[in-house]
Amino acid sequence: MNANSPMERLSNGIIKENPTFVLMLGMCPTLAVTTSATNGVGMGLTTMVILAASNLMISLLRNFIPDRVRMPAFIVVVASFVTIVQLLLEGFIPSLYDSLGLYIPLIVVNCIILGRAESYASKNPPVPSLFDGIGMGLGFTLSITCIGAVREILGAGQLFGKQILPLADAAAGKIGFEPITIFILAPGAFFVLAFLSALQNKFKLGAAKRGIDPSNPDCGGSCASCGNSMCKGKRG
Amino acid sequence: MDQMLHVSSNPHVRDKMSTSRIMQLVVIALLPASVFGIWNFGFRALLIILVSVVSSVAFEWLYDHFMHKQNTITDYSAVVTGLLLALNMPASIPLWMPVLGSAFAIIVVKQLFGGLGQNIMNPALAGRCFLMISFAGKMTDFAVSDGFRGVVDSVTGATPLAALKDHGFTDGSVPVWDMFLGNTQGTIGETSALAILIGAVILLIFKVIDLKVPLTYIGSFSVFVILYMLFSGMGFDGNYLFSHLFGGGLMLGAWFMATDYVTTPITVKGQLVYGCCLGVLTAVFRLFGGSAEGVSYAIIFCNLLVPLIERVTRPIAFGKGGKKA
Repeated sequence: MNANSPMERLSNGIIKENPTFVLMLGMCPTLAVTTSATNGVGMGLTTMVILAASNLMISLLRNFIPDRVRMPAFIVVVASFVTIVQLLLEGFIPSLYDSLGLYIPLIVVNCIILGRAESYASKNPPVPSLFDGIGMGLGFTLSITCIGAVREILGAGQLFGKQILPLADAAAGKIGFEPITIFILAPGAFFVLAFLSALQNKFKLGAAKRGIDPSNPDCGGSCASCGNSMCKGKRG
Repeated sequence: MDQMLHVSSNPHVRDKMSTSRIMQLVVIALLPASVFGIWNFGFRALLIILVSVVSSVAFEWLYDHFMHKQNTITDYSAVVTGLLLALNMPASIPLWMPVLGSAFAIIVVKQLFGGLGQNIMNPALAGRCFLMISFAGKMTDFAVSDGFRGVVDSVTGATPLAALKDHGFTDGSVPVWDMFLGNTQGTIGETSALAILIGAVILLIFKVIDLKVPLTYIGSFSVFVILYMLFSGMGFDGNYLFSHLFGGGLMLGAWFMATDYVTTPITVKGQLVYGCCLGVLTAVFRLFGGSAEGVSYAIIFCNLLVPLIERVTRPIAFGKGGKKA
């Protein structure tokens, strides 16, 4: 896989530079809307559409945007797409629009989108930028869906709104799952995020130690310019 | 050359007091409250205490074992955590809840931050708050029927504090003297101020704790409640004040949980500030907050303030920090 090829961009966004678990970007939607897996999917896909579109647009405009005013220019581009998506959601998927609420307009200042615009799309051609946006968006969707699923299972015994763990009913004397409400509340978001980050670090570290670099199978061999300290080549 | 000087760094003089000995003393000091709780709430209270202590020690051992760390169960701190957690629960809860609470207290709050001495908040209280937030209904359900005495049923369901909160002072179903003795509803260990004070005296005699934090805590709490009474037009009412002092977890919190070494400031001035913060916050939570009880949240919140308190109250070394001439 060549650097900047579409597949490389996708795997980079999903695994190597996963925006939630590795880059730790976009924490506000990650913590706030992940009370259920459905919300996670909705938020993730919404962000992905905006991310891909804005990456493409910014990459096309990258030679016209003056360096000094690039931030306002990026914001204008992102805000336009957010407005489009917001109106579409309100018109066609009102239930999702209601459950995400305030967090849709807040996508304008989502640090994943601005981060990718600044660090990737403004320096690279349109096609890789588009796939970078899709990859990052998929990585974000996957991560917050995982967080949402864990929180939903522990906090309500449900997954995607379906009751998968039968609830206890003291009145009927039925033994079952007792929802751990804290996981639906704000502290639960932090717990789950921390544990999932730790888990994926453990997994990546283990694989790197065994000599297989799961995220970067072909880096072109230029170790000097590479920042991946876990890489086998880097450790000699 | 066989007379080599032995050179070592300080300290050279060591006290007999060790971490495990301090923890053992705390366990002994908690025994009066535990025994009273068992007598008050029956066999089930004993069962909850046992489950909580055993699971705390087990989680400590498991974590050390699987993380390849030195085994730390012999320092008795897990026993104290388990015991305090049990004393903070009503006797009617299902038995898996102490297990879940101690798992959270030991693994998440204590060990993940680096074990005893590194935890940013009191593990037992954090475990209790975890359960409290998750299972508010069960954690405040004080309906117990099988006390060894059977007297307790008269006030089934509501703690004196909840009654105080709901209908002001007029309720009067529980005399202050009963609250001092512990003849009321509540969590297993908090009801009897007398039993807790006996334990506190044991700790004071062996110099495990000193009076600074508990007294500033209880003192500032009383001052705040008195001010509240005067300014809310209630007028001074000794009964109201003592109901607040002996009701709920204030005594247990002030003597056993606010004095936890790890989560208390080390400077003298800092301890006084810490005690005042605790008192005021507890009073604010109780008088203006949504629930009847505020001790555990106040202590946990002040635990988090400790690094800041220590920073502003750090004593100035001799010869430094004065005004420049």
